[in-house]
Amino acid sequence: MSNSLHDLDEADVFLVTGSNTTEAHPIIGMQIWQAVRHKNKKLIVIDPRKIELTKYAAMHLRQRPGTDVAVFNGLARVIMEEGLADLDFIKDRTEGFEEAKEVIMKYTPEVVEKISGIPKEQLIEAARIYGKAERASIYWAMGSTQHINGVRGVHSIVNLAMLTGNIGKPGTGVNPLRGQNNVQGACDMGCLPNQFPGYKPVNVPENVERVEKVWGVKVPAKPGLTLTEMVNSMGKEGGIKGLYIMGENPMMSDPDLNHAKESFDSLEFLVVQDIFLTETAELAHVVLPATSFAEKEGTFTNTERRIQRVKKAVNPPGEAWEDTKIICALSKEMGYPMEYPSASKVMDELASVTPIYECVSYEYLDKGIAVHWPCNSCSIDRTSCGTLIMGTPVLHEEKFTRGAGKFMAFEFQPSTEWPDDEYPLILTTGRNLWHWHGGSQTRKVSSLNERSPEPYMELNAADAKKMGIRDSEEVRVSSRRGEITLKAVVSDRPTPGVVFIPWHYKEAAANILTINALDPQAKIPEYKVCSVKVEKTGGGQKEANRYSHYPG
Amino acid sequence: MGKLNIKINGKDFEAEEGSTILDVARANGIHIPTLCHHPQLSIHGGCRICMVEVKGLPKPVTSCTTPVTKDMDVQTDTPVVIKQRETVLELLLSDHPLECPICDAAGQCKLQDLTHEYKIKGNRFNGEKRKVPVEEVNPFIRRDYQRCIQCGRCTRVCDEVRGIGAIQFANRGFNTKVSTAGDKVLDCIFCGSCIQQCPVGALTEKPSKFKYRPWETKQVETTCGYCGVGCSLTLHVKKNEIVRVTSREDGTLNKGNLCVKGRYGYEFVHSDKRLTKPLIRKNGVLTPSSWEEALSYTARKFKEIKQRYGPDSLGGFSSAKCTNEENYLFQKFVRINFETNNLDHCARL
Ligand code: SF4
Ligand code: SF4
Ligand code: SF4
Ligand code: FES
Repeated sequence: MSNSLHDLDEADVFLVTGSNTTEAHPIIGMQIWQAVRHKNKKLIVIDPRKIELTKYAAMHLRQRPGTDVAVFNGLARVIMEEGLADLDFIKDRTEGFEEAKEVIMKYTPEVVEKISGIPKEQLIEAARIYGKAERASIYWAMGSTQHINGVRGVHSIVNLAMLTGNIGKPGTGVNPLRGQNNVQGACDMGCLPNQFPGYKPVNVPENVERVEKVWGVKVPAKPGLTLTEMVNSMGKEGGIKGLYIMGENPMMSDPDLNHAKESFDSLEFLVVQDIFLTETAELAHVVLPATSFAEKEGTFTNTERRIQRVKKAVNPPGEAWEDTKIICALSKEMGYPMEYPSASKVMDELASVTPIYECVSYEYLDKGIAVHWPCNSCSIDRTSCGTLIMGTPVLHEEKFTRGAGKFMAFEFQPSTEWPDDEYPLILTTGRNLWHWHGGSQTRKVSSLNERSPEPYMELNAADAKKMGIRDSEEVRVSSRRGEITLKAVVSDRPTPGVVFIPWHYKEAAANILTINALDPQAKIPEYKVCSVKVEKTGGGQKEANRYSHYPG
Repeated sequence: MGKLNIKINGKDFEAEEGSTILDVARANGIHIPTLCHHPQLSIHGGCRICMVEVKGLPKPVTSCTTPVTKDMDVQTDTPVVIKQRETVLELLLSDHPLECPICDAAGQCKLQDLTHEYKIKGNRFNGEKRKVPVEEVNPFIRRDYQRCIQCGRCTRVCDEVRGIGAIQFANRGFNTKVSTAGDKVLDCIFCGSCIQQCPVGALTEKPSKFKYRPWETKQVETTCGYCGVGCSLTLHVKKNEIVRVTSREDGTLNKGNLCVKGRYGYEFVHSDKRLTKPLIRKNGVLTPSSWEEALSYTARKFKEIKQRYGPDSLGGFSSAKCTNEENYLFQKFVRINFETNNLDHCARL
């Protein structure tokens, strides 16, 4: 996030897109709701599904999945046409506006309506609300990025913020909501094929020198493969033969699981370090028992770049070891001994090679100070509500990290798969409130399992009627890659023509259906659009859910 | 907002115009008991335990509802207000089951604490007690309204903070109770904020029932391991087991509020499905082994592959669930030992 939760409610208008915030980031969903209810702020939701947030939104724009680039270009065009652009900001802080304008101007409300299905009046009205706001912030999540044109979608969102000068002030900004607890931190720490800790490109000599100086050995300067590229290379000439996985379960989270299984099966050596025998660990040659968040010391970095402490509360079971201990012991066996007396010492070393963490240390974190990176000064401020703060809660205040902010506009490009006669529906996957990711943790919590015991598919009532499918009836969903059987939940949440499946349930893993098509830049799989067909199994109507689908 | 001066218990204090007597007292460390008041909620003024005397006013006033005025002279502990507080407590106790030995709130119950503080002995109001069945059909929250003191904090937090409004006051007079619409089974987002607000044992965590007494636990402040919001959690630990999760209100981004996963999603830590020994595949079967064997076998295999096919035939997936320290060491491990940048995690998934 460019901004932080400290200044969230200073926005006058919230634009939320591709994020089912109340279920996937519940406390941020709650804070947005509070701002709308108690402070009269306005909310615009752009999402194909009628998610919870739409109940109190001033406007809900329901686009066809995968058409975001067109929608955001369209909003930008209306803002320009109506003279709502912040010309001073564009002049002083950005570049590339003229080129972008050429693309953007092609997206008239009529064109956008045709591509996205959003009525042109709605597009114009939403653009006016956003464009006229004194301060407006945009929030998005995987719904915007998990497309083959995900990166383009994000650029088109950022264009909108730059166009209106909604950057670098409290209550504004471009705010992607990071999915898992420490995605932000894993990226910050350089668990990336092309960047060392702190987003320092591996092919720049100065960056290589920085880590080599601290580590005392040579490191490779050639960028490596991304996760999806590694999986695709397995079993092929020159591909990945040996893999070390720490705390990941790609056999639930990868697209097109049947294909992924073939890939992992072809590995000569697979090591999985985890707390459970996950679907991936079952395929491993060696499984190393590790620790949960409650059994170790460390830090997580949240979606607003705030670094927070994780503390040991209980001992690990049996002979399970802390992950840091495992890595160090294995490194010693490999011939490079690593030793750290405490997690705090690891932080001290990583701070010395990660410029954005320069002044981070347990000393400050343990005092309860809110530390946001980039943190290059140890001076401590106090927010209006009394919280002590270090570092940078709001990014890009005076200038962008890269100097001028660059406008990048792209043409709309259709998704890889589109409904046809054989597979007439669009599948989009996501999360619900009750479970987490592949479910290896939450499916082992009896209360959560009682509340949400089984896989299901949301189906629009009109589609259900056409196919003669009743609520709670058992259905088979298939794509070109596989099929699963689960229960249909008939509602008006998905748009007609679209079905939604949460991917937490291994009995009917949604990723058996998804397509292994990647965004060319970010290599994000297109989880949000593939085509499927739905048939009755003849298994009849199952017991209806005891609880309402989404309460409240 | 302007400032004005008031006196509390004979001492002078500067106060923000528009604040209440309670606000000023709290800001200056002066103790006034409260039950229905909470800084995150709208003012209710129903419990009347926070009475104070103000010079010039005929009767004591509730400090949580009374705004300060210029040169106000407040006394927080006169015999009159103490008498009134005793009466409030006796009234509450007269309709309270007093089953403290089996109540999860015992030891962290405001009613218990105040009864002790005001040395209430016996009971002048031994009248009829309400009979309300316990509602615990859902897996998370036990609602025992016989213990309810009707402070309304649960209904206010549900409506004003969480935006759900799953519970409201129903009926009137003696039969007033907190209830769901149509008195149906509770079906909400199960965030547990109402439990955290409840000053007594009317609302308690169902999974924690009979698991602990508050004084047996140690509290560990940590960060939620589920979504990227990063709420602060307080783990209540008894003998190496997490028995309850709450959250601090001060200095945390979530101000004491959590979602169902953060509050209830801890049971997996103690699952009997946890891995407890290294496993090595032998004759196709994953077989328990020693750490020594697992580590040396693993290192040998990785070295062999590197030698045979070159460094770029190896790769590592680290984890968005693991800590910064673990991720840092993992990438260091891969870059140094595998000599490749084939390194990623599931940020994109
Ligand atoms: S758990 Fe949350 S949503 Fe449910 S009644 Fe309590 S406060 Fe309301
Ligand atoms: S259940 Fe608890 S919080 Fe709710 S009104 Fe009763 S005593 Fe107050
Ligand atoms: S409590 Fe819920 S909202 Fe908060 S970090 Fe955990 S999962 Fe996210
Ligand atoms: S705390 Fe003031 S009336 Fe209840």
